[in-house]
Amino acid sequence: MKNVKLNKDTAFKWLTAFLAFILLLLGIGILLKLIISSRLSFDAFGLKFLFSREWDPVQRLFGALPFVWGTFVSATLALIIALPISIGIAVFLSELAPIWMRKPVSFIIELLAAIPSVIYGLWGLFVLAPVMQQWVEPLLGKYLGFLPFFKGYPLGVGMLTGGVIIAIMIIPTISSISREVLSAVPAHQKEAALSIGMTRWEAIWKVMLPYGRSGIVGAIILGYGRALGETMAVTMVIGNTPNISLSLFDPAYTIASVIANEFTEATYELYISSLIEIGLILFVITFILNAVARFLLWRMKRFEEVRG
Amino acid sequence: MNRYTRRKITEKIMFFLSVMSAFIGIVVLFLILGYVIYKGAGGLNIDFFTKLPTPVGVPGGGMVNALIGSFYLIGLASLFSIPAGILIGVYLSEFGRGPFASAVRFVSETLTGVPAIVTGIFAYSVIVIPMGRFSALAGAFALSLLMLPIITKSTEELLKMVPETLREASLALGIPRWKTIIRVVLSTAKSGIITGIMLAIARVGGEAAPLLFTAFGNSYMTWRPDQPVASLPVQLYVYAISPYEDWHQKAWASALVLMGIVLITNIVARIYARDK
Repeated sequence: MKNVKLNKDTAFKWLTAFLAFILLLLGIGILLKLIISSRLSFDAFGLKFLFSREWDPVQRLFGALPFVWGTFVSATLALIIALPISIGIAVFLSELAPIWMRKPVSFIIELLAAIPSVIYGLWGLFVLAPVMQQWVEPLLGKYLGFLPFFKGYPLGVGMLTGGVIIAIMIIPTISSISREVLSAVPAHQKEAALSIGMTRWEAIWKVMLPYGRSGIVGAIILGYGRALGETMAVTMVIGNTPNISLSLFDPAYTIASVIANEFTEATYELYISSLIEIGLILFVITFILNAVARFLLWRMKRFEEVRG
Repeated sequence: MNRYTRRKITEKIMFFLSVMSAFIGIVVLFLILGYVIYKGAGGLNIDFFTKLPTPVGVPGGGMVNALIGSFYLIGLASLFSIPAGILIGVYLSEFGRGPFASAVRFVSETLTGVPAIVTGIFAYSVIVIPMGRFSALAGAFALSLLMLPIITKSTEELLKMVPETLREASLALGIPRWKTIIRVVLSTAKSGIITGIMLAIARVGGEAAPLLFTAFGNSYMTWRPDQPVASLPVQLYVYAISPYEDWHQKAWASALVLMGIVLITNIVARIYARDK
């Protein structure tokens, strides 16, 4: 009798362990499968793949540079726009807002994260892009046109619009983690700062934010990782042209977008393999960013626990 | 102007900017919601929920194939990812110690950050290529890869919050470990786990990227898992980037329906979690 009970316990434990093992295999499987499937392209182009600007399926020439460029520039642009707003929101929610307002406002901001990417794309394409073309880009061109970033004809769809859309999408990620980080700063830190005559803003800027630095950097990296992998919304507004241009008005192309657009059209194996190889590049980058971000957030949490 | 006044003014300006940031966030959300409702409401009628799509230029028609298709894909994905996610969460919380559990935890965290399009590529190369065609199965597999880590993580965290004394009380009554976990630990955390599942569903319900070259699309209804199947997000995308005015109208209508389903699921899940 005792044996039967023990066996069921062991069986249950092994069942859960087995499923955990499958999860592990899936994770490793994704990496391995991407590596194996991009072999063809790697053999054909080697490391040159990363630095070539050529993307010409007809000539069977593939280079990832315009897509890597577009991915990093659009995500960086998004971060530049989203970061101050997100920190502003985090400060508002953890320090300024009256208590009754905090929950509903953070609830609303977090809803931004729940809206599907295609809907951002639809809105970006039919509402934001025309506004950018008629108002924002001409204004930027008029007053900041001496900078290389704001030269050229305002098209509406392009790097800038892509960056703005991604910025909206990563604001909830960065702001909600930063808010948690700020709330976790011990009260005595703030009280000490105020007691030596700092203004409330100085206490936030010079004491509380630096105190939660590693957590906030973690939040930023997590948001940046999301920005790099964002697909549908970007595909719909960035213009999908493999350009490398300094002007943010020009259309561009990202890794995720080219995969979304061309994967079903890829008619021969080298083409598919090249698309998978740039997918692998995206995977590796987001993997590293996530690992770093998790490490920073984990370290902060552990630090808190150790300190009690 | 003395130093103190300047510092006070800086504070005022910065606080104003902070309030503005929150204001911008709220305004943008309502701009998007409002615009989708305004443009989408005109295209909604009974046909939208009951008829198959019509070719370009032919008036009428609906999206019933994409609507059913979306639920079908999520259902298929849930078949694997919900039980597996819960049980992996159980493993990590109840048995998981040592390097193996850490590795599983790490991979699970990493999977949460993998761009959705990459899971699409993976599903394409392990299911679409061997089968030789796009299929509901491949789409559901890609979605389940996105759901699995979310459910695993929320289950693990919730189970860890169940007080140790409950487990001990149950074990002391002579109830075996597996039964304790299922009947006591899991059922204590039930409402939280359901919230996690609903959030996972809301998250993948709006995903188009992993379905583009796995489930692909289909102008007709099908229940066969080895056939391509339509889904609301993919159909929306196809309509949105088409050059046709009446398809744009349908894109807005489907955006309204999709947004309604996703946001309501999300909001209900979060309110449910808060009340428990």
